[in-house]
Amino acid sequence: MSAKEQTLFEIKDLCKSFGDLQVLKGISTEIKKGEVVAIIGPSGSGKSTFLRSLNLLEVPTQGQIFFEGLDITDPKCNINLYRQKIGMVFQHFNLFPNMTILQNMTLAPIKVLKKDKAEAEKEAIQLLKRVGLEEKANAYPSQLSGGQKQRIAIVRAMCMHPDVMLFDEPTSALDPEMVGEVLNVMADLAKAGMTMVIVTHEMGFAREVATRVVFVDEGQIKEENTPAEFFDHPKNPRLKEFLSKVI
Amino acid sequence: MEDFKTRFIANFITDDRWKYFTDGISTTFTVSFFAVILGLVLGLVIAIIRSSAEKADHPSWWLKGLNVICKLYLTIIRGTPAMIQLLIMYYAIFGSVAIDKRIVAILTFGINSGAYVAEIFRSGIMSVDQGQFEAGRSLGLNYVQTMWHIIIPQAFKNVLPALGNEFITLLKETSICGYIALTDITHGANTVRSQTYDAFMPLFGAAAIYLVCVSVLSNLVGRLERRLRVSER
Repeated sequence: MSAKEQTLFEIKDLCKSFGDLQVLKGISTEIKKGEVVAIIGPSGSGKSTFLRSLNLLEVPTQGQIFFEGLDITDPKCNINLYRQKIGMVFQHFNLFPNMTILQNMTLAPIKVLKKDKAEAEKEAIQLLKRVGLEEKANAYPSQLSGGQKQRIAIVRAMCMHPDVMLFDEPTSALDPEMVGEVLNVMADLAKAGMTMVIVTHEMGFAREVATRVVFVDEGQIKEENTPAEFFDHPKNPRLKEFLSKVI
Repeated sequence: MEDFKTRFIANFITDDRWKYFTDGISTTFTVSFFAVILGLVLGLVIAIIRSSAEKADHPSWWLKGLNVICKLYLTIIRGTPAMIQLLIMYYAIFGSVAIDKRIVAILTFGINSGAYVAEIFRSGIMSVDQGQFEAGRSLGLNYVQTMWHIIIPQAFKNVLPALGNEFITLLKETSICGYIALTDITHGANTVRSQTYDAFMPLFGAAAIYLVCVSVLSNLVGRLERRLRVSER
């Protein structure tokens, strides 16, 4: 098996309920190394819950998630260890407002990976340069625009050298003019070979950057295919209806 | 005016009566300072237990147990007067032990203040956006690291005004120390009053000392508040 085809996530019959409400109704799929998976679907379909299950921000009620061959839904597994390898970017950025950008980026490498401060900062600065924000190193998050905050959130996750990055509607909270700058950073990341799972409403982005598009509706995967097939020849009636509304 | 001067001398100078006040200040400061520290530590621990138990989807049995103990503590401490607590601590709990009265007072006021500080901290922790917690955990920080580096600093900043208020209350509450014959500012002033038969001078003197202490304290808290607000520019 070549490295390209190595399975990162193997999800088996994943279910999640909040009280009486069942949000995920048996999701099974695989995510391979190097894939860029876009998850689309109507609001309330469970796509965010699915993404958040992948690093156990939501604990599944049933089913298993294997990450790099290990069952992370096993209560005995040390989830902190796996979360280091799974980067997460949130809709509302969730930068730490009491820390500078540099502190935001170096906190986890210093505390979790036990890197020394100078090394962590050097690396953070390099990443900041990549997204054109090195002059903001000592600014606080409140001094940044939404697009800048989200770019910082992406590089903050990158500082941990994750094996996969999860994006939970990364551009939904942004002003329209700032969406592009964030999508560009994500496209660069995809080009560099990062495995990515992205919940998004940006159909154009999904079509161009994703290697696979997944349609989640009513807590189930209703269709998954290559972007070209997915958008040009949708088969599922719900997907056809959905696409006709959003495109 | 001449009368004022004589009374001043009689109450504060004659027989070194100022010593009652300086001893009182030293006691009040010692008791307040260590009680604040004890209260902060107790309050923080209880607030973390309480908010962890409330936030968790399925809290473990030991967390539930600790939460019940904390709730019981809060109910008892906040439901009874500090003075009764002081008397119980001195006469009932340490009744047969030779112990420095200041330690009794520190324990009483620390444990008392801890209950109020706990609720202040808890409101602060609950006020921090859940996304902050998720961001910390998703970076691989464990529960304690996330709490300590991300949640608590933000919570602390949010509750600092309320916390300052609690410190002021505590400082003034120590004025009941006299009930266990501990010479704090109030007890010192009262002793002078009983010697000079003059109520005005010592009591207003004591009031002035408290006022100055509280003013200095709120000024310090205000400065800290402004310093912590740097990130909000």
